[in-house]
Order: sequence, then structure tokens, then C-alpha cells
Amino acid sequence: MKIRGRIIRLGDNVDTDVIIPARYLVTHDAEILAKHVFEDYYPGFRVRAAGGAIIVAGENFGLGSSREHAVIALKHSGVKAIVAKSFARIFYRNSINLGLPALVFREKESLERLKDGDEAELDVANGVLTVIKTGEKFSCDKMPEFMMRIIEAGGLIGYFERRRGEKPVENKAR
Amino acid sequence: MTGLTAIQKVVSRKSGRPRVEIGEIVEAKVDFLMLHEVTGPLAVEEFEKISGKVWDPGRVIVVFDHDVPPSTIDLANQMRRMRSFVKKHGISNFFEIGRGGIAHQVLFEEGFDAPGTLIVGADSHTCTAGATGAVGIGVGSTDAAVVLATGEIWLRVPETLVVEVKGRLRRGVFAKDVALSIVGTIGSSGATYKALEYSGETISLMTLSERLTLANLSVETGAKTGIVQTDSKSIEYAEHYGRSGVILDVRSDPDSDMERIEMDVSNLEPVVSTPHSVDNVKPVAEVEGLEIDQAFLGSCTNGRLDDLLLASRILRGRKIAPGVRLVVSPASFKIYLEALRTGIIEEIMRAGGVVTSPTCGACLGMSRGVLAEGEVAVSSSNRNFIGRMGDKRSKVFLASPATVAASAVEGRITDPRRLLA
Repeated sequence: MKIRGRIIRLGDNVDTDVIIPARYLVTHDAEILAKHVFEDYYPGFRVRAAGGAIIVAGENFGLGSSREHAVIALKHSGVKAIVAKSFARIFYRNSINLGLPALVFREKESLERLKDGDEAELDVANGVLTVIKTGEKFSCDKMPEFMMRIIEAGGLIGYFERRRGEKPVENKAR
Repeated sequence: MTGLTAIQKVVSRKSGRPRVEIGEIVEAKVDFLMLHEVTGPLAVEEFEKISGKVWDPGRVIVVFDHDVPPSTIDLANQMRRMRSFVKKHGISNFFEIGRGGIAHQVLFEEGFDAPGTLIVGADSHTCTAGATGAVGIGVGSTDAAVVLATGEIWLRVPETLVVEVKGRLRRGVFAKDVALSIVGTIGSSGATYKALEYSGETISLMTLSERLTLANLSVETGAKTGIVQTDSKSIEYAEHYGRSGVILDVRSDPDSDMERIEMDVSNLEPVVSTPHSVDNVKPVAEVEGLEIDQAFLGSCTNGRLDDLLLASRILRGRKIAPGVRLVVSPASFKIYLEALRTGIIEEIMRAGGVVTSPTCGACLGMSRGVLAEGEVAVSSSNRNFIGRMGDKRSKVFLASPATVAASAVEGRITDPRRLLA
């Protein structure tokens, strides 16, 4: 699975309250949520993300509230994948569960060489992010096989539907 | 073979295996699933795509808490959808407006949080259940949807960080100060994916209410859950609610694979978390005198009877400073009623405080106490992110209920020891 998009650089500790403030948690309509994505924190984010974006962020992306609305808002704005130094766990689960690839950088120092606005391609299965202009490659931790299957099914609901009817197998993923 | 951590013991039991290893992904059986009116409707919608039948209606708990009673038509509609779901599937553990309160408090009050119980909630502060030795894990709506259909959840068995707290707290220093100091020490991502396990003399001395405050803030270190090691208090809790059958000695074996940090709180002073990060913890003394616009006492962190009582003692015979408002949201209707019966509410109101319906409201900037542009609040709640309690230019300082009450009286951030008799 390969994803192409423009890099949007974000810093450390981007919380779900700034991704989508609680005043909009009165709906899960994707269009309404996307309209208000990063409203207080990064005005114009949606315009930049439209057409396909890969977020490149620092440590602890998505900390705070469990609101899945944050992932819906990002996805519907045009975010195709998130690559970060680290993720907060509930956001990480939510992202995988909604089929939005979330990968962790292997060489954290190299992140600084990724420039905001550059076109990049992410090979999700192999965990390789390539900057189109320079051809420079950055490696990420591969997602566990179990999570890759969820991503490939488009999310946990899709995965569940695929598995239905199959005999449950014990999961050896690590 | 090494011993087992507390979380390994619980997850082994819930996944029907003699032993699960740290880092392994397993499917575990859930004891209780909690949904509220904000994350619940999305969970229900996803659930309906994959199933027509709730795995066990007796194990699903639906609580209205984020905006109670609703202040917008949209939220009223979300509640309406949840009511129809509750009715359709015969969910008896439904806490209607006026009969519950903030979900994590309701779970505790209704006896769901017995030691060794696996509780999944579509809310990040589900870890609060760890106060009594339950394993509370916060998830998003889609995870909750799959639990609704199957009663199971995939979990990565987390590493354990034992937090051993020693020392007796000085006058004017409370469980909230300890909890914020722990977050400050570990950092907001220092325990990501891990389970915190609280032990030590200071914790043993804490009441269950104080332990709820402690467990509640576990998620602010990035942790998956935070468990207080079981002792006579948690066992008594389980027995009181007739849940003694589930008791498990929730503590890690001495030879298990875990990390450990030690903290001595005997010299700890009252602290605040300064904007815009919970781990930005400083002694109150460093920000003392900063003018405030609002003081908020409430939330799943600190809206309990002991918190309200403490505040009322500081407020007794005093008035809230001109130009400042004190917003008090009891954590549950039971607490509200008890505070009314014992005169606590009257003390708060005579001092000039406003008491709202039990709700999360102000804590997350949803209703009943939202901050305006540039306003400063001191709050007993749990998060101070940009825009958390209202406008993006507002500022939130997190503190103990005593610091909140003292600051309300003085109109500026105040060390509560000045006002405690």
C-alpha cells in the first residue's frame, strides 16, 4: 500500500482537543468535523491538507481525549497517513481502527530533514517514506501484521466483516 | 520463569490463558463497557454495521455526563439516539439525567470497579477505575463498537511502571498535588502504552476517593491504565457491593518484569499544572498572585464529597472575590444530594459560588462555565490544553480543590495553607 501526499509538519504533543475542540463533539458528521479541524491551532490546515497530506509530527501525537472525531476530522480533511516520533495510545488505536496508517519514525533525528510542503510517498507495509524531489528515504517501524490487516481492510469494522464466517485464529502478532 | 505483573495477571485471566507475555497482542473478555452521549452514538452507528445484537446487555453501561442537561439540540439528539439504543437492546445499566453523574464516578458508586475487573470505556479517563484495583482502559468509538458486538477487545499486554510513593503529606497538600507531581515527574508521554501501578505508604493512607483522583490522572502520562495495588480498602469496597467473587490480588510479583520509580512526598508543597500541558507542574508559590477570572471545582478528578467539603471549609464565612466566579459541578447526583443534605452546597452558595448539575461541562469547555478570550482559570479538573475549557486564548491552571477554593476567595492563585484554619 503506497500513499502519496504533501508533508505537513507539526510539533510535539499535538492533543485531540486542538485537533477538534469539544464544542464540535455534538456530531460525527465528517464534513462538519473537517470544517473545524485544528481551528484554534492551525487555521488553514484543511486547505493545505486537501488533495492529500502526510502529517509528519514529533512526540506523543494525539494525546488526551479518546474522541475518535479527531481521526475523522483529519481523514476527511485529506490526511492520508501520519508519521510521528511517537503516538499517544488511544489516538494510535483510533487511527488504525479507522484505517488511517500511523507509523513511528525509526531515526528520530532525521525527521528534521523532512520539509513542510514537500511531496512524499509512504510505503505503508514496508515503513518507508520517500521524498519525491530528492529521493531521500526515511525508515519507520513496520506496523505489526495484525494492524496491517486492519489497515488493509479499511479499518476495524472492515476487518471484523472480513473475519466474520472465518474460524477465529489465535493471534500471534507482536 | 519470572513472576507476573498485575496487568499480566488480569489480562491472562480475561483472555483465558495461564500466562500472557508483555508485548503480546491478545483478545481479552471485557467485564463492562461504558458509553456516554458524546462517543456513544458513533460507537452505536459502527456497531450496527456489524451486528444486530449486543453481546451482553447486562455488561453495558450507558451514562449521560458531558453536557447534562443538554445545552444544544445536537446533544439532545445524541441523547435521544442513545436512549433508543438502550431501549432496543434492554440495557438496564442506563443512567438517565438526574440519576447518575460523571461516568467514572458512577461506575465507582454503583460497584462496577471491583479489583481485577476489566472495564473498557469510550472515554480516556476510564483509567479512574484503577482506584479500586480494576483495570480501566479508555478507547475510541470503533473499539467500543466491536466490544458491543463481541464482548472482546484486542490488547497489547503493557509494560508496567510501579510508582512507589512514600511520606506523609503536609497540611494543605492533597492527593491532587501528589497526582500532578507524578505526571510532572513521568511527563506527558513518559508512560505511553504502559500500565502504572501505585504503591507505597502514601497511597495506603489514601481514601478510595483520593485514589480515584490519583488513578484518574494516569492517562496524562500516556499510560494505558493506572492501578492502585489492592488492599483492605479495595477489598472492603468489592465486598460492600457483593463483588467479592472477582477479587484478585492486583499487584505485581516482586520478581516480575517491571520498572520502578520512587517518590518521597513528605516535603511536597501545593502545586499547579501551568498552561498548556499537564506535566508542566510547579509549586503554587511560583505563580501565586496571578489574577484569575474563574475557579472551577468539579470533574471526574475532583468533584467528590470530600473535595466539596474541603472547599466549603475554606469558603465558610468568606466571600468569593469581586470579579471572579466559582463554578462547582458535583461529580454525581448522589454527591450533589449529600452535599445539599450536609449544608456544603449552602456554604458554597453563601460565599457566592454557582452550583451546576453534575456534568463534565466546564472541564472540557463544552458547557456550564466556558472561558472567554484571555481569561484565566484555576481548575480542579485534569487538562489544560490550548482551548480545553473555552477560547484558545484562555489559560487553565490545574490544582487541588483547596487551591481552587482559596484562589476563588483571593481572586488570584493562592496557596491554600494561608486560608486553611
